[in-house]
Amino acid sequence: MTLVERLTAAKRAGDYQGLFEAIPYARFLGLSASLQGDELITTMRYADHLIGNPALPALHGGTLGALLESAAIFELLWRAETVVLPKTVTVTIDYLRSAAPLDTHARGVITRQGRRISNVRIEAWQGDRATPVASAHGIFLVMRG
Amino acid sequence: MGYFRRMADDEDHQRKLKLVRGFSANVPHNRALGMEILEIAPGAALFKLPYDEKLVGNPDTGVIHGGAITALLDGASGAAVFASLVDFVPIATLDLRIDYLRPAEVGQAVHARATCYKMTKNVAFTRAVAYHEDPEDPIAHSVGTFMVSTKYGNVKP
Repeated sequence: MTLVERLTAAKRAGDYQGLFEAIPYARFLGLSASLQGDELITTMRYADHLIGNPALPALHGGTLGALLESAAIFELLWRAETVVLPKTVTVTIDYLRSAAPLDTHARGVITRQGRRISNVRIEAWQGDRATPVASAHGIFLVMRG
Repeated sequence: MGYFRRMADDEDHQRKLKLVRGFSANVPHNRALGMEILEIAPGAALFKLPYDEKLVGNPDTGVIHGGAITALLDGASGAAVFASLVDFVPIATLDLRIDYLRPAEVGQAVHARATCYKMTKNVAFTRAVAYHEDPEDPIAHSVGTFMVSTKYGNVKP
């Protein structure tokens, strides 16, 4: 089964976790997904190999970037009528505070969905959602067909 | 002289550049990704990310995930900032923009060359490019800003 077929099947079955299991890098980061109300929340489970600054300690900025980008792609896959793999054109990440060695959650919101381009805003937080550790906006190429 | 001083090519600075290299090499996530630090020079860093199955974002094609490139560019950019500092102080990424120009080739290592092109009292500015072998044929490009001296006082002028 191709990834797109697996994704389509996962979506049809309402198996949001299935979206990540097919992606090796998502497994490496320890990503999982859950539906909370109407929101798709992507969670990066804490593991020692995610640390970027052992002195603080704090998560590596790259892991937060990957979480934010994955949450955006996940949101696009989930909301879109047809499953195509969005291609990231550009992502801008704001690092707002140092991320503690804890589970980190993220949610993407599609701000515009065009025929070819989708814009997504994403926020990542740990304990308190009102004080995000990072936010991002991304532009994705979503070619249907 | 301002707040930015290029490191001279003397023993003391060579020792500092070695420290930057050691520090970057020991970052747990850099190690987990398999990142190699090929070069640390005043205000510049060259990192290598060997191809690995665990980095794959699309199992159909074997192309690595954009997030791995983000981690590589962030790591190399941070090292370039460290390699610009006259005295070591903590730094923190403020923002990072990554433009994905083309997919990475399957099975090939990705290099990232980062430079800290401007250092001010509080903020360092970086740019970096990710490529396989030819920097003129880039996979991704990034610009970033870093807060300098996040906790323990200021950079010495």
